[in-house]
Amino acid sequence: MSGVRLLVGTRKGAFVLTSDAKRKDWKVDGPHFAGWEIYHVKGSPVDPNRLYASQSSAWFGQIIQRSDDGGKTWETPGSSPEDLKGPEGMPKGESNKFVYDGIPGTHMWYDGTQHPWEFKRVWHLEPSLDDPDHVYAGVEDAALFESKDGGKSWNELSGLRQHDTGPKWQPGAGGMCLHSIIIDPENPKRMFIAISAAGAFRTDDGGKTWKPINKGLHSQYIPDPHAEVGHCVHHIAMHPSRPSTLFMQKHWDIMRSDDAGDSWREVSGNLPSDFGFPIDIHAHEPDTIYVVPIKSDSLHYPPDGKLRVYRSRSGGNEWEELTKGLPQKDCYVNVLRDAMTVDSLDSCGIYFGTTGGQVYGSNDAGDTWNAIVRDLPAVLSVEAQTLS
Amino acid sequence: MIRVVLPHHLRTLARVGDEVQLEVNGLATLQSVLDALEAKYPMLRGTIRDHETQKRRALVRFFVCGEDVSHEPPDTPLPTVVTNGTEPFFIMGAIAGG
Repeated sequence: MSGVRLLVGTRKGAFVLTSDAKRKDWKVDGPHFAGWEIYHVKGSPVDPNRLYASQSSAWFGQIIQRSDDGGKTWETPGSSPEDLKGPEGMPKGESNKFVYDGIPGTHMWYDGTQHPWEFKRVWHLEPSLDDPDHVYAGVEDAALFESKDGGKSWNELSGLRQHDTGPKWQPGAGGMCLHSIIIDPENPKRMFIAISAAGAFRTDDGGKTWKPINKGLHSQYIPDPHAEVGHCVHHIAMHPSRPSTLFMQKHWDIMRSDDAGDSWREVSGNLPSDFGFPIDIHAHEPDTIYVVPIKSDSLHYPPDGKLRVYRSRSGGNEWEELTKGLPQKDCYVNVLRDAMTVDSLDSCGIYFGTTGGQVYGSNDAGDTWNAIVRDLPAVLSVEAQTLS
Repeated sequence: MIRVVLPHHLRTLARVGDEVQLEVNGLATLQSVLDALEAKYPMLRGTIRDHETQKRRALVRFFVCGEDVSHEPPDTPLPTVVTNGTEPFFIMGAIAGG
């Protein structure tokens, strides 16, 4: 029987929400890793029972967790009894070892001075499209790592961080995070990533070299509004049927590219605010996109205290507000960049989590909404898995 | 036998109870106790000391017999009451909100 599993990362643990295909009655399982920050949980597209979770704490640093049974049980990869001893008889335990390749160098700090690259945490885990043991990690300070052994060990794809523009990258308010990783389903050598606040980048050679793809972005809050890098890109999204079209929620502005990021144009249109964090795409309609307008970078809550998802069925510019079932007064939560997701059932389900701990779901492509759960810790990320 | 008391979050990570017991070969020092702990519970590697530098993480503290030994050199021998298991070696998370 088909159904949906939502993987929810919060400030104080992970939760797994499950439902049948009707998506009306949900079971809430958790917290897993109670008390730890869970920035992201995501499943492999080729083995939905293989999940990866980024667990972290200011005290004890980064942990990677892996489940091979859809979230029922978890392990830190490389810590099972058979993994305990390496060839030299020494313990492994390297699933949380994220070490920059070579001398890390420096990037720009908030005050304009240069600051050493320092690993802080994994923001986003992106399993590959064809191998459950192959997974990418986007980290703070911004870099891309990959594991080919199911998360037991990690190596940096350092061509990105060592790009000539690296010293000009700077942290956004949440840190200098690599938060978006998109793999082109038609070209395994092509990936897109985005960094706040550096911008979007593309590789066409499997991660060896990277090109900034920020032409057309305009950011008034940086010294050169049209700079090659330095833009605070909040999230990017791609529909798998149309890999050359990208949508972007920038700090301000909704942007669209139809040439794999070589150029962008603004499609904010009639939105009440074009500031926000998440952006996502309908599973079956590549021109239907969703955003959650937030009043401003100073306020970080919805305009007028009304939580509204906006949907464009034309790939941007023309937007309709979706409010049925969402609070329309006294609502001052935020929706973070990885906290919106879609399932691939018919009709498309769409879900998002808030900093107030609610996870809202719609089983009719956004026309109506229900709170699946209301009182979780602040939600950092939501990922949907459509189960057959 | 050396008794080590872990902070709550590391107990859940290592799936152990209030304290763990370790055998340390040779002189028991801050470093050799942590080495033995990480060898027995490899999921703790990187959570107490940095993987590369082996430096104590900033918000982790070590206590012995009521004394803060966090800033002692790694090769500092531990007192007999710890090495014979009379008193535990405490690893604590700094009180820093959250």
